[in-house]
Amino acid sequence: MTVYSFIAQLLAVLIAVAGAPLLTGWINQCRAWLQNKSAPPLLLPYHTLHKLFWKESVVAEGASPLFRAAPYVIFGAMVLACGIVPSLSTDLPLAAAADAIALVGLFALARVFISLAAMDIGTAFGTLGARREMLVGFLAEPALLMVLFTAAFITQSTSLANIVETISGQEFAIYPSLAFAGVAFAMVSLAENARVPVDNPATHLELTMIHEAMILEYSGRHLALIEWAASLKLFAYSSIGLAIFFPWGIAQVHEPVGMLLALPVLVAKLAVGGAALALIETLSAKMRIFRVPEFLAGAFLLAVIGILVHFLLGA
Amino acid sequence: MTAPTDWLAIDWMLAAIASWIAIGAAGVVRPHNFFIVARVLFPLGALLALLVAATAGLALFGGTETAVLPLGLPGLPFHLRLDALSAFFLLLLGSASAGISVFAAGYFRQGEGTPPGVLCLLYHLFLAAMAMVMLADDAYVFMVMWELMALASFFLVTANHTIPAIRRAGYLYLLIAHIGALAILLCFGVLQANTGDYTFDNMRAQSLTPFWASVAFLLAFFGFGAKAGFLPTHIWLPEAHPAAPSPVSALMSGVMLKTAIYGLLRIGFEILPTQLAWWGVLALAVGLATALFGVVFAAIQTDMKRLLAYSSIENIGLLAVGIGLALLFTGYGMPALAALALTAVLYHALNHAFFKSLLFLGTGAVLHATGERNLGKLGGLLRYMPWVGWLALVGTLAAAGLPPLNGFVSEWLLLQSFLFTLGLPGTFVNNLVPVVAAGVALVAALGGYVMVKFFGVIFLGQPREPRLASSHDAARWERVGLVWLAAGCVALGLLPAQVISLIDPVTRVLVRDGIGPQVASQGWLFLAPVSAERASYSPLLFLLLVAASFALSFLLVRRLYHGKLRRAAPWDCGYPLLNARMQDTAEGFGQPIRQVFEPFFRIDRHLPSPFDRQPSYRMEASDHFWHWLYLPVAHATEAVSRVVGRLQQGRISTYLMYSFVTLLVMLLLVFR
Repeated sequence: MTVYSFIAQLLAVLIAVAGAPLLTGWINQCRAWLQNKSAPPLLLPYHTLHKLFWKESVVAEGASPLFRAAPYVIFGAMVLACGIVPSLSTDLPLAAAADAIALVGLFALARVFISLAAMDIGTAFGTLGARREMLVGFLAEPALLMVLFTAAFITQSTSLANIVETISGQEFAIYPSLAFAGVAFAMVSLAENARVPVDNPATHLELTMIHEAMILEYSGRHLALIEWAASLKLFAYSSIGLAIFFPWGIAQVHEPVGMLLALPVLVAKLAVGGAALALIETLSAKMRIFRVPEFLAGAFLLAVIGILVHFLLGA
Repeated sequence: MTAPTDWLAIDWMLAAIASWIAIGAAGVVRPHNFFIVARVLFPLGALLALLVAATAGLALFGGTETAVLPLGLPGLPFHLRLDALSAFFLLLLGSASAGISVFAAGYFRQGEGTPPGVLCLLYHLFLAAMAMVMLADDAYVFMVMWELMALASFFLVTANHTIPAIRRAGYLYLLIAHIGALAILLCFGVLQANTGDYTFDNMRAQSLTPFWASVAFLLAFFGFGAKAGFLPTHIWLPEAHPAAPSPVSALMSGVMLKTAIYGLLRIGFEILPTQLAWWGVLALAVGLATALFGVVFAAIQTDMKRLLAYSSIENIGLLAVGIGLALLFTGYGMPALAALALTAVLYHALNHAFFKSLLFLGTGAVLHATGERNLGKLGGLLRYMPWVGWLALVGTLAAAGLPPLNGFVSEWLLLQSFLFTLGLPGTFVNNLVPVVAAGVALVAALGGYVMVKFFGVIFLGQPREPRLASSHDAARWERVGLVWLAAGCVALGLLPAQVISLIDPVTRVLVRDGIGPQVASQGWLFLAPVSAERASYSPLLFLLLVAASFALSFLLVRRLYHGKLRRAAPWDCGYPLLNARMQDTAEGFGQPIRQVFEPFFRIDRHLPSPFDRQPSYRMEASDHFWHWLYLPVAHATEAVSRVVGRLQQGRISTYLMYSFVTLLVMLLLVFR
């Protein structure tokens, strides 16, 4: 651990925190283009955050301290998640604090807190959203874990930095197991980030929402933190996907020059990934809520098949 | 008797156990004197529990000690032995029951069923019997104490015996406990291999053929499984645990189930000299089925204590999965990996003792404050019972397996040990193990669902009944007990390296290998069970980072913007007539699980017809095992006893006739 690795770590966190709303804005823009709408400005998420932070927070009368603390916990959890996923460099001192399994635990922590906060006021929509969020979560979480396990079996490590180093360090090869895992991961990411076919980030029709239903009672800075955390989560998921399936371009340990190259590569990869996400969202329709378990069970099975393929073919 | 300074750990242990019995006896002297029993005897019992825990903690590193007590039958003294395995489970017993006893000091009230003094006797006998089970070194004392444990807990379960449902639960518990005890007895019979010597030392010396070793293992697996709640003998657990007073529920779920795990480890790993890999496959399959079954049923429960009891079945299933993995690794001659899996098992046993006791005691406090066990009539209690609520939140997060609390560490270790299956020979196990790992991941995630339901429905939202607004918080003694257990959850979560140094001697007894040195070499901050490159986790750093970003964002928002806050009525999309009945109920929260996992349940639905004057909806989800296994057996038993019952005429002349005919047949047989 050197000064350099601390700078790399700090840079990774700062770029994630500062850049995550940009990714959200880019996806919204792409989606609007694909849907023949006039696109909102790229920087609109920043304006929204700024506006929300200025507004006063209106908190329901019966709310407990849990309700007020939850946005900060969720935001903190997502910042840490972005800190341990190698997006620019694998030289992350924080990565030793939490490996891939702990990362899944971190997402679970955020999910449990937002669900509990949604139940805190005792509104019909809040509890409905919490129930649905947990429904999505109980299948998405093991599926994500199995995707990460596939990579862990290939690289014999659950440390994300080591996974990236091993996969990118090897000769270019197509792993059949990773192909299965990749499809599963894409499905899980859609569900976990409240995207169309599972949830609709643009909807305000209460009965179909999951994420929006849970945060109905939030306003002002609390809402801003939750929205920011949601973009951070999208950023973290994108970084996980890029790190495992397209690890090329991420700077290795003791390679300060690589960092300079890694940033434009990351931006390019995220731009392509965001456009692909917008395309998926445009091409698919939202599912009924009870089709979601089937969708996610499909993802879970694909991930398990990925592991079995790895064992059977040894690749 | 020697001076106390010369006492060995086992002497201290026996002294503590004897004092527990003395405390129990003191309770019956003045059974109705509430002050003496609750405020003096139970706290004393808690102090003794601390002594047991401290002695056990020292004994972990002190090597094996044995003692022979001249009790019992002539020629059959009590053989006792305190090795690392016993010491670890005694540590678990002492540390968890210290909190439970303090809580009980404030919990047992006057005028509730059995007099407090009698409860005090049974409670401390229960503790002493569990401790003696862990010290036993021959089958005789083991079985005597095992039975004493079952009986003491039976009477505790039926403390409120005026309620028929509780009597029924107690009967079911007693029945299955004895079926299990018979299997354990037969297992000892196999293990002594016709030598007639029932000491464990003799059993260790026997080398059984693989067939007889397998028979012994299967008997032990079934017998201890009946106590632990493995499928299909789990049926008593959701009946008996909720029926007992809450401190007893906590003791049964948190500690008594672990005696079964202790017995399984003792026989499976320590007494049986070799392990076969297929035992591991069996334990993996049964464990995963148990865990999945438990968690799915927990998700649909509407009674808070039943929910926790099913969650205990889930956790016991996870322990069985870990044991299965360890058996698989030892069966293929990989002790280092078996040590990793066993570390996860022992760690999880300790964690479960803490968080499940905490949650059961929390429900006890809620029950006292509201008189209500039904989740459908609770809600919003975090406002009225902040101590219980916030401490239960710690237990909830721990039970949900969330970092940085303790439940996560053991799940992490268990998942880590699954990642080594590449080394296993054979395609079958190679493919089986990842599938089980996927199952464990699913169970862990569902565990989160259950815990969100548990905490959210009881403590969050609006009170579903108006009278809940007058609920009082836990009293001083109860708070101390809850804080102790919650602190245990936090400490076990944050200091995994230290906890593993306690577990290391145990795995050395069981599989002659341990991960302690490797973990210690990584320093106290990081947990890296195999190597730092492979996987590492630092809960302390994890907590620090989340807390730092919490604090930083909190301060920055206030510095750059403002901290204005206004209280208003809930928004709820502008709907003004919001009331507590509009919240999700416990049934509602469990409904997705009921739908997704429908084949697990036997659902009995009564839907109202359009013409009903008073439409009613009733839905009951019950257990397939009950209908397909237990009821047929019960019906067959009843049919047989009806046939046998025809012999009973109630007339003395008929009975004399039976005796006479029997005598004649005997004489004919003898003098033929």
